[in-house]
Amino acid sequence: MFPTDTMAQGHAGAEYGFAFLDEDAKRELRRTIFKAVCIPGHQVPYASREMPIARGFGTGGMQLTLALLGPRDCVKVIDQGADDSVNAANIRAFFALTCPGVSGTTLTEGASVIQTRHRIPELPLRKDQILVFQVPYPDPLVLVEPNAAMRRRMHGRADYARLWVKLYEDMVAFDEITISHRYPTRINGHYIIDPSPIPRYDVPKLHQADCLYLFGAGREKRIYAVPPHTDAIPITFADVPFTVEEFIDRTTGKRHCCRRCGATDSFLDEFPDDAGNRVFQCSDAAWCDSRLTVQEAAE
Amino acid sequence: MAYVAIRGGEEAIAGSARIMDALRAMGAGDPIELDQITRQMPLLHSRVLSEGGLYHPRLAALALKQSLGDSLEAAFFLRAYRSTKPRLGETVPHDTRAMRVTRRVSAAFKDIPGGQMLGATPDYLHRLFRFELMDEGAETFQQITRDWFGNRPAAHRPTTFPKVLDTLRDEGLLPPLEEDDTPPFDITRTPLIFPVPRSAQLATMARGETGGLLALAYSNMRGYGDVHPTVGELRVGYLPVMAPHPVTGKPVEIGEVQVTECEIVAMFEKTDEGAPVFTLGYGACFGHNEVKAIAMAVLDRAISVAAEKGSIKNPSEDPEFVLLHVDGIESMGFCTHYKMPHYVTFQSDMDRLRAARDKAEEASDVSN
Repeated sequence: MFPTDTMAQGHAGAEYGFAFLDEDAKRELRRTIFKAVCIPGHQVPYASREMPIARGFGTGGMQLTLALLGPRDCVKVIDQGADDSVNAANIRAFFALTCPGVSGTTLTEGASVIQTRHRIPELPLRKDQILVFQVPYPDPLVLVEPNAAMRRRMHGRADYARLWVKLYEDMVAFDEITISHRYPTRINGHYIIDPSPIPRYDVPKLHQADCLYLFGAGREKRIYAVPPHTDAIPITFADVPFTVEEFIDRTTGKRHCCRRCGATDSFLDEFPDDAGNRVFQCSDAAWCDSRLTVQEAAE
Repeated sequence: MAYVAIRGGEEAIAGSARIMDALRAMGAGDPIELDQITRQMPLLHSRVLSEGGLYHPRLAALALKQSLGDSLEAAFFLRAYRSTKPRLGETVPHDTRAMRVTRRVSAAFKDIPGGQMLGATPDYLHRLFRFELMDEGAETFQQITRDWFGNRPAAHRPTTFPKVLDTLRDEGLLPPLEEDDTPPFDITRTPLIFPVPRSAQLATMARGETGGLLALAYSNMRGYGDVHPTVGELRVGYLPVMAPHPVTGKPVEIGEVQVTECEIVAMFEKTDEGAPVFTLGYGACFGHNEVKAIAMAVLDRAISVAAEKGSIKNPSEDPEFVLLHVDGIESMGFCTHYKMPHYVTFQSDMDRLRAARDKAEEASDVSN
């Protein structure tokens, strides 16, 4: 309950091994990762150990990161795109406590492993980087089928008809596909994945990327992957194009820009300021900061 | 890990931890001792032991202390701690006839071989406050202890008791027990991929959350199901734990665990072959927790009945519904996580709602 408690830090070195998990657990995780990479988009079951943070807070992502980290790695943790969000700070503090030697960073380009919740960084990732997603619901078919045994069979047969029916029903009811995030995405032409609760804005970044994307669902005990240079296509109809969030100012017709760095091409957080005005700001804090640094240097 | 300057979050967490610590310290007198938790709140302690799925009485007490008495959080501490420990071996299967019994009742028979033994239970106590407990001293405890041990003749009780259900088996009213040497499903090393064997079902419920098991079992008892249980035998006691010796391989006693065990008998079912027989539901957990053991036995029966009939009519009969929702660590964690920021996904929600509203407005403009 008190991960940053100074007493806990005092005990950590004496009581716990590198990266917290016992070696058998880490080996199981690595084997599961290999299988997930070999069968892109397939949800591979694994035992999923209990972590000292609660289920739902990123225990799946944490287990992946702990299995990946070696003493020479550099890790970045973000939540909603921000490094300073309480949950990101908490998870980072846990890595600091249990992974001596591993360095931390807020720079996207400086990290070898990035653990994220709900966002993909704006800066395209390189082939030597791994993005680890925290996943609440690994199975996109849960939208249409509650029974897990049945869903497994449907995935095996690539039977996704009911997902398309769901999209079609949306069009009939709203003339819009109403899936806002967790957009079902077909990987390498077979399995459809839940890409975790990233906005639709981030989904195209999964397609033919240079980096490895790993998805860890701790509570639901599944790991899956989108390997580098793999097709990742959001499902839709030929005459209904996939759309991403737009940030159009309805009064001017122009796109809102970030109030800090002025970006007009990033995913924005929208919130009321103290005066009650709606303001917009880059959700990716590192992206926004690096743009500000460049601007300050130019002045 | 090198220090990274992070705004806001880290300081807030550190401050929150300090408040939590201050809450348990301020005006609270002496720190509560682990033995006081174990001895004076044994039933709460039992919940943590069984839901944590790790029999470590001392750490269970520490967990309760550190979690300010939250049983879900305390069980969580034990689970997380276990993730750091390798599995070194397996015990042999245990026969609970070997249990050093402290309490044993049967609702099925007025008297049972070896006798009913009420033991420690609040079942027949009036829930009326004993206001004098508001002001107890150490002397009171010593006096109670002296009175209990002082006038007690040396007991000559057997160390083991036969199982009540053996009587029913002898008569053929319960089907004979079949020896099953299949290695049990280890829920700590294998995820539940349905369908799962009964051993996975029992293991999952054995560390399930008491309230969760109770709610689902109660739904079956009330009418969303038809188990209609009779408690054949409920026993509480200490079970010697046998593990194979690392050199000789022969089972040796390595300690004992407190266990609550419940066997329920359910109304008979027609069988395709032979005469009708009663059916059995089994529940067992670490520590002293009778509600949990009974609820587990009812759910075990409910799930098995549906499997035998090949049709699920109620939530308590659906193995997926029961087994994936009774774990306190998982359900509590996921419920709690909704307090975390969700503003990126909420942004997407607003985007879709605005788009859908625009379409609706356009449509009404056209029709006007």
